[in-house]
Amino acid sequence: MKGRVNVALLVGAVLVALVGLAAVVSFFWTPHDPTLVDAARKLREPGGGYLLGADKFGRDTFSQLMVGARTTLYVGIVAVGIAAVLGVPLGMVAGMTPRGWLSELIMRVNDLVFAFPALLLAVMLGAVYGAGTLTAMIAIGVATVPAFARVTRAATLQVMVTDYILAARAAGRRRPAIAVRHVLPNISSMLIVQASVSFAIAILAEAALSFLGFGTRPPTPSWGRMLQESQELLFSTPRLALWPGLAIALAVLGFNLLGDGLRDYLDPRLRRIREQAEPPANGATR
Amino acid sequence: MTLYLLKRLAVLVASTAVAAVVVFAFMGLLPGDPAEIALGVNATPEAVAELRRQFGTDRAPVVQFLDWFGGLLHGDFGTSYVTSSPIGPQISDRLAVTTVLVVGGMIVALLVAVPLGTFAAVHHRNPLGALISAASQIGIAVPAFLAGILLVFVFAVQAQALPSGGYVPIAENPAEWLRGLLLPWLSLGLVQGAVLTRYVRSAVLDVMREDYLRTARAKGRGSTGALWRHGLRNASIPVVTVLGLQLATLLIGAVVVERVFVIPGLGDLLLNGVAGRDLLLVQGVVMVLVAAVLLINFVVDVAYHLLDPRLR
Repeated sequence: MKGRVNVALLVGAVLVALVGLAAVVSFFWTPHDPTLVDAARKLREPGGGYLLGADKFGRDTFSQLMVGARTTLYVGIVAVGIAAVLGVPLGMVAGMTPRGWLSELIMRVNDLVFAFPALLLAVMLGAVYGAGTLTAMIAIGVATVPAFARVTRAATLQVMVTDYILAARAAGRRRPAIAVRHVLPNISSMLIVQASVSFAIAILAEAALSFLGFGTRPPTPSWGRMLQESQELLFSTPRLALWPGLAIALAVLGFNLLGDGLRDYLDPRLRRIREQAEPPANGATR
Repeated sequence: MTLYLLKRLAVLVASTAVAAVVVFAFMGLLPGDPAEIALGVNATPEAVAELRRQFGTDRAPVVQFLDWFGGLLHGDFGTSYVTSSPIGPQISDRLAVTTVLVVGGMIVALLVAVPLGTFAAVHHRNPLGALISAASQIGIAVPAFLAGILLVFVFAVQAQALPSGGYVPIAENPAEWLRGLLLPWLSLGLVQGAVLTRYVRSAVLDVMREDYLRTARAKGRGSTGALWRHGLRNASIPVVTVLGLQLATLLIGAVVVERVFVIPGLGDLLLNGVAGRDLLLVQGVVMVLVAAVLLINFVVDVAYHLLDPRLR
């Protein structure tokens, strides 16, 4: 690969960095207060300090997009965190004892959770406890566990047949020690790739949930709800749908490309494992 | 094959039953007492107890579950605590609409993905093939509801050729029914088509490297003929798996797309149920969607075995 630029990695990293930058800067500065309702600025055209104009409540679109990036990253980080913390250990146990009853149980439960997509979990949680950022994060996180567990299991199975694991076992190392010292470091690049791809799916899911009113509550800005609010004004002010739509698509594209690029960069052999183990990454919900 | 089928069927039945327990435990037991909710805060304890008897929620949870699950087996989803109307007929009406939406979306996805993916694989060394790959990457990044909004903007706002939403039953006016469904089908299908294109491409690429295809070419079939005759069936094996998983994704995506286009399908019913705090209705719709996902996975596994002779 020497001398060849990894285009996917480069473009992906730039897009993700942009989203990250917008989110970080929004903590300290936004052009205007993103939640400030002002009838005088209602549907204000872009220009004069309002780079992208204002919405039907007079809220500055650009400021809303910046804080929306924060919401998106927040939900993504927590959801992927939940999925990794639960899915990786389960996948490792299943991969290290492939013929045990525990492994069988884990994979069966995994299949069952797989039948509950993020959207259904979020609706169930929302119906019972009231919808919000927390229920959305939990729903997306839990729904992503099976993907992590499957990928981890597939990668662990491959690592377990290598000579260094054989050597460690011959030297009398116990299973937990092997898991932490030998398996985890060797599947970590795989997991980084998975995290990036899962992040993209989490962004899609968060946007869909906010769009339906099962995500972040108003007034906290979120890209999905900006889209939902813009829909009725599509005939008169389509730009209100354009910007959040573009933000969602570019953020998802960024994390997908970053995942692809990292895979090629870290280890080209990984491509096969992931494609075998992972269900297709997409949909409005996962 | 028969043994496999029976085993897989047993797994399907068992997982559906476990899923029902999960849904019931979550929706049926956790929230507050439906009788108290229905009567409000000023109800007398006697009235609440009486209503609880009518609802059947005074019985042990296990009995309630068996009653609900037993009902499901012959299409009885119970009677709504909120609207007092039976839930089963509502679900079956809405399921028909959603099924039309999902199947149409799937057909659009296939019409997009099979030709484009095959083309991109055959021409993977030239710019046009690379362009298709790049375009599919962008398509994957667009959620179905965003595609829907974009399509409405282009075809309803700008061109004013198609309605921006609404649903006309086919019995009422078949032409309007079709016009109303075109954009929803496209929103679901184009996005899934983008995902599927990548899988078709990589499946066809894999097949093109196989010895039997080289043999077929060597026997004097053109490369298109060889691919047509020997390649596509083999390439279809991994694609079928993805297709099934996508069908499940489409089903859930339809929930969101129904909201964009104001289509009275299962998703619409589900969200209205949540808004009206009609938990038994939500429980029923969730169960139908989960069962559908499990059923789709079952069909995929069986189809996989039928298509791949090495697994028989």
